[in-house]
Amino acid sequence: MAIKVYVPRDSSALSLGADRTAKAIQAEAAKRGIEIELIRNGSRGLFWLEPFVEVATDKGRVAFAPVQPKDVASLFDADFLNNGAHALNLGLTEELAWLKKQQRLTFARVGITDPVSLEDYLAHDGYKGLKNALNMTGAEIVKSVTDSGLRGRGGAAFPTGIKWNTVLGCQVEQKYIVCNADEGDSGTYSDRMIMENDPFVLIEGMTIAGVAVGANMGYIYLRSEYPHALKVLNEAIAKAEAAGYLGDKICGSSHTFNLEVRRAAGAYICGEETSLLESLEGKRGQVRFKPPLPAIEGLFGKPTVVNNVISLATIPIILDKGAQYYADYGMGRSRGTLPIQLAGNIKHGGLVELAFGATLRELLYDFGGGSFTGKPIRAVQVGGPLGAFLPESQFDTPLDYEEFSKIWAVLGHGGIVAFDDTVDMAKMARYAFEFCAIESCGKCTPCRIGSTRGVEVIDRIIANKNALDTNGVKEHAKQVQLVRDLSDTMINGSLCALGGMTPYPVLSAMNHFGEDFGLENR
Amino acid sequence: MFVTSALSPQELTRIDVHIATHKAMPGALLPLLHAIQDDFGWVSEECYLPISKALALSVAEVHGVVTFYHHFHTHPVGKHILQVCRAESCQAMGSQKLEKDIKTALGIDYHETTKDGAVTLLPVYCLGNCACSPAVMLDDEVYGRMTAEKVADIVAEARAV
Ligand SMILES: Cc1cc2nc3c(=O)[nH]c(=O)nc-3n(C[C@H](O)[C@H](O)[C@H](O)COP(=O)(O)O)c2cc1C
Ligand code: SF4
Ligand code: FES
Repeated sequence: MAIKVYVPRDSSALSLGADRTAKAIQAEAAKRGIEIELIRNGSRGLFWLEPFVEVATDKGRVAFAPVQPKDVASLFDADFLNNGAHALNLGLTEELAWLKKQQRLTFARVGITDPVSLEDYLAHDGYKGLKNALNMTGAEIVKSVTDSGLRGRGGAAFPTGIKWNTVLGCQVEQKYIVCNADEGDSGTYSDRMIMENDPFVLIEGMTIAGVAVGANMGYIYLRSEYPHALKVLNEAIAKAEAAGYLGDKICGSSHTFNLEVRRAAGAYICGEETSLLESLEGKRGQVRFKPPLPAIEGLFGKPTVVNNVISLATIPIILDKGAQYYADYGMGRSRGTLPIQLAGNIKHGGLVELAFGATLRELLYDFGGGSFTGKPIRAVQVGGPLGAFLPESQFDTPLDYEEFSKIWAVLGHGGIVAFDDTVDMAKMARYAFEFCAIESCGKCTPCRIGSTRGVEVIDRIIANKNALDTNGVKEHAKQVQLVRDLSDTMINGSLCALGGMTPYPVLSAMNHFGEDFGLENR
Repeated sequence: MFVTSALSPQELTRIDVHIATHKAMPGALLPLLHAIQDDFGWVSEECYLPISKALALSVAEVHGVVTFYHHFHTHPVGKHILQVCRAESCQAMGSQKLEKDIKTALGIDYHETTKDGAVTLLPVYCLGNCACSPAVMLDDEVYGRMTAEKVADIVAEARAV
């Protein structure tokens, strides 16, 4: 029988040359007359080791990584198909400490299966959650989600079950499930990984949501920067439809659920749920006033569940293994696991799914291996462009919604961006304002105008930071106060978190890294 | 010059076909604009009137939507689109220098197209490739751990095809 060789099709793997590696392996096998079965699996998420090639052996899958086309001939020479010794042979994938230390629940199949193979999905516990859900009432499903303690992974951490219950309670014929796949936060890619590497788990999660609240139509609002995810999702949806997992009378039940992917168009604000709904309706992505909540008047004015990709992709395992199984992971009010994304200046960047409670330090050093450049990690930004910058003194904070809130920080969508000691935090603060100015939907003045003012004020602070004469010192202090006042106005006078949270990165940079703003010797 | 702004009758017919295939969709405008841009590479103002008629909107509304979204181009673009990530994770890995080097190498700034019409340069805010920063995207392919030299190679390869 042909030996199975795995080369990921995840776009980060592709970005490091996985396609070329796959072609080289196929060509070399053909040249040597060796029969192999090449499978384009998902990525295991050890991105510093991509292209991450695996070979199926009697003992399990053996990893060879990173494999460039130039390594391929020597791999065949070393008989890598039979676990031959080679400098790139990392041993059994499952035994790699980086993976072994993780608790992969939402990402249970990611990297293991062929993303577009429904057979593979079914062989790895796929659609067990839906099977259970189809034997439950809507209220029972919602209760299970509530009991699991799952909170929205898109950033706001609102309890998913409570949101669903509101939609369930609306006595209306037409309801919708909307998946927020706009993933705009820098330093995050877990949504992309789910969609590219295990699309069926998202489809199943959305189907369960539809069955639970009584919605027969779902939309995935996908950012336009993810063309690979678009292809994979559409292929998976077509397969699910053909096999009766989507459409009329799914799995022979009385439920109907249809699913469509809609492309976003490059506006960060469309990740905000009401702006997203406007966009889905074909309008400018301007934020709506709340109330009414989308759960009551959402898409086309109908009750709508809007959930992040990870929230929805976590539903199947909750319905399969039970609410308690999921709730047993985590700490405090942060139940379950968080798929953490290590990014920026980090040696071992990738996807780490862990129960809540691990510290930043463990992630940055035990998993991340320190900075990519080998210099000290000076700052990290957690939770995307609206998240606070944290200094080393806060690296022992456990990843937990409440613990982060105590230090005026957020977990957001779980992205951690590391910076080494060459970072200029005044420039990062400037960028935070600049980003807000570029992406503001324009509805409120503090956000629309304040952000542009913020850029100007930070520029003056940077220009003045070394001025030591009395006038310079006074002027500098005035501008610093201006940033604080402006931040207050934005926090209090913005309709959504774009304007309301831009002060997080700005003020945290100023408060923790004052020396970069010329604040240390004043 | 590769820039032509007046659409030919054949092109207008193509637009009508896109309108006809999309107009019954709920929330049809974005999918329709995507279809037009996928076909032409940009969205001409000449589309606004037929779109507004088909979707019962005003021309101003259509214009407002097209211009709200960074993704839609209101002018013709080059044969290839090169997007350079400007967001934090890529900044942490030196994207600011990379941006400068790319601009110098291509001889253009953001939102401009090289003289030969081959490449339009655009900023982008995260490509979801943050574990392999700095990242760029050429058309539909993303590239990680980029240097100015590697970007030059990729662009040269695209130009050669
Ligand atoms: C400016 C802004 C951008 C946002 N971007 C996203 C995003 O890209 N993806 C996402 O899931 N949620 C995003 N959110 C949060 C959504 O508004 C909303 O809370 C979320 O989709 C709800 O899903 P969840 O409960 O499953 O997290 C954003 C919010 C704001 C204010
Ligand atoms: S805070 Fe900014 S992005 Fe949010 S609604 Fe107001 S103007 Fe729009
Ligand atoms: S920040 Fe550049 S790819 Fe995410």
